[in-house]
Amino acid sequence: MKQYVGMEVSVALAEAVKLANADVIAAYPITPQTHIIEHLAELVASGELDAEYIPIESEHSAMSACLGSSAVGARTFTATAGQGLELMHEVLFVASAMRLPIVMAVANRAVSSPLSVWGDHSDVMACRDVGWIQIFAENGQEVVDNAICAFKMAEDNRVLLPVMLNLDGFHLSHMVEPVLMPEQKAVSDFLPLNNYPQPLNPDKPVAMGDFAPPVIFTEAKWAQEMSLRNSYSTILEVWDQFGKQFGRHYRPVEHYRTEGASTLLLTMGSFSETAMTAIDSLRDEGCKVGLIRLRLWRPFPFSDIREAVKGISNLIVLDRAISLGGPGGPAASEIKAAFYGEENKPKIVSFVAGLGGRDVTPKGFEEIITRGIEIAEKGSSNEYEIYGVRE
Amino acid sequence: MTKAENEITWKEINIGATVHEPGNASQYKTGDWRSNVPVVDFSKCIKCALCYIFCPEGCITKNDDGFFEIDMYYCKGCGICAEECPTDSIIMKEEKE
Ligand code: SF4
Ligand code: SF4
Repeated sequence: MKQYVGMEVSVALAEAVKLANADVIAAYPITPQTHIIEHLAELVASGELDAEYIPIESEHSAMSACLGSSAVGARTFTATAGQGLELMHEVLFVASAMRLPIVMAVANRAVSSPLSVWGDHSDVMACRDVGWIQIFAENGQEVVDNAICAFKMAEDNRVLLPVMLNLDGFHLSHMVEPVLMPEQKAVSDFLPLNNYPQPLNPDKPVAMGDFAPPVIFTEAKWAQEMSLRNSYSTILEVWDQFGKQFGRHYRPVEHYRTEGASTLLLTMGSFSETAMTAIDSLRDEGCKVGLIRLRLWRPFPFSDIREAVKGISNLIVLDRAISLGGPGGPAASEIKAAFYGEENKPKIVSFVAGLGGRDVTPKGFEEIITRGIEIAEKGSSNEYEIYGVRE
Repeated sequence: MTKAENEITWKEINIGATVHEPGNASQYKTGDWRSNVPVVDFSKCIKCALCYIFCPEGCITKNDDGFFEIDMYYCKGCGICAEECPTDSIIMKEEKE
C-alpha cells in the first residue's frame, strides 16, 4: 500500500536511516541539521531503532567515532552542517582513505563569518577533495531514497567509501513535504547487511591508518583515487536497482525540458525545483531553455555532463558558493575544466546566487537565464557574475 | 609482506592501505637516515649498558661476550649512545657510504 505522508524532510531522513537499520549514530547538533539527529535520538530512546547513539562533544569527535564504529563493521550514520563539516574536515580525509562506508547527511549551511545559519553550498564545496562520494538531493523524496541508496553504495565491497548526502539547510531540511516512505521489508530486501571485509577483530588483527613512507604513499593514493572513480558504475547500478524495485529513478545528471533547447541552466540541490517553474514560463514565451541538475558531484560525472550539453549553445551554471579569489563558482569552474579539451562545447557562464539563505525567485531565475544568454553572446570581462548584490 | 615496499604496485595495496602483518615496521630501514655513525671501542667498554638503555631506536643488543653491539640497519646516528657512554667508548664519525 503506497501512501504519501506530509513530513518534515529532516524527520523523513531520520526515518529512512531507521529503515536502513543503522547500528551506530555519532553526532553533534548544529543548525540546520538538528532535527535529523534529534529524531534519530528519539527513535533510539524509544527502542524503535536498535542502535548505539553517541551524543558526542564535537563534530571532530563525531567523525572520529564514526571511523571506529565503521571499522568494526557497524552500519554508521552521522549528520552535520556548515561549521560542523569544517570542524570534521581532517577526519573526512581519513574516513575515505581508510575506505570506511560511513553515510553522512549534510544540511548545507553557509560558513562563518559573518555568522549565518542559513543555507548555501560553501560548506560542502570546501570538501570537494576529501575523497567521499557526494550526492545532492532536491526534495524530500530524493533525500529519503538516496539515504537508503547511500548505504548500499558505500557498503558495496567494490566501493567501500563514505557517502555524503547533501540537502539544502532550511530550504529542504525544514520543509514539510509529501513523502512516500518505503516499507521496511522492501528496504531490507534492497539493502543487505553490512558485510565489511576487514573489520577490526582481535582474532584477526589489522592496522588501519598506518604510516606510509614516500616509497608507497603514491601507490596508496592512486588506489584510493581509482576506488572513487570506479565507484561510478556501482552508483549507477544501485540507482538502477532502486528504480526497478521502487519505481523512482535517479541519474548523475538529470534533465528537465531539455529537448530542442539551445540554452541550459545547471543547478544543484533544492534550487532546481524553483528553476523548473522559471523554465516553464520561459518556454511558454518561446525561449528555448532547459534545466539540467547535477545530482552526483563526486565522482564527477564527466561523460554525463558532456552528453547532456551535446548541441547546446549556452550553459549557465548556478553555484551557491563563492570560490573566493578563484575562477568562478566551484561547479562552474569544474565544468569549464571538463570541457576545455572538447572540440564542440557550449559557452559556459558562471553565476553565483543564493548565498547565506537568500532566496532566488522564479523571476530571479528568469533574470539569471536572460543575463546568462547575453553574456554568452556578447562576452564579459568578469570571471563570473553574482546575482542580486546591491550596488 | 612477500614483496619489498618499492616493488608493490597500486593494485596490490590492501583496501584502505591497511597492514595485516603485525610488526612490519621492522622492515623499515631507518639506518638510511644516518649522517654520523657510532663506532664502539670494546677495549674501553665497562659493559654498563647505558647505551643500550638510552638508544631511542632500540637497536643495541648484548652479544655473547657481554658487549653491546649496534644494528646499523636501524641506527639513525643520533649520537645519544656516544653522549651517554661514561667511558667515551663510543665516538661519532661521519658516515662515508
Ligand atoms: S646513534 Fe642513536 S640510534 Fe644509533 S645506536 Fe646510538 S643511540 Fe642508537
Ligand atoms: S655505554 Fe659505553 S661503557 Fe656502557 S656499555 Fe655502552 S659502550 Fe660500554
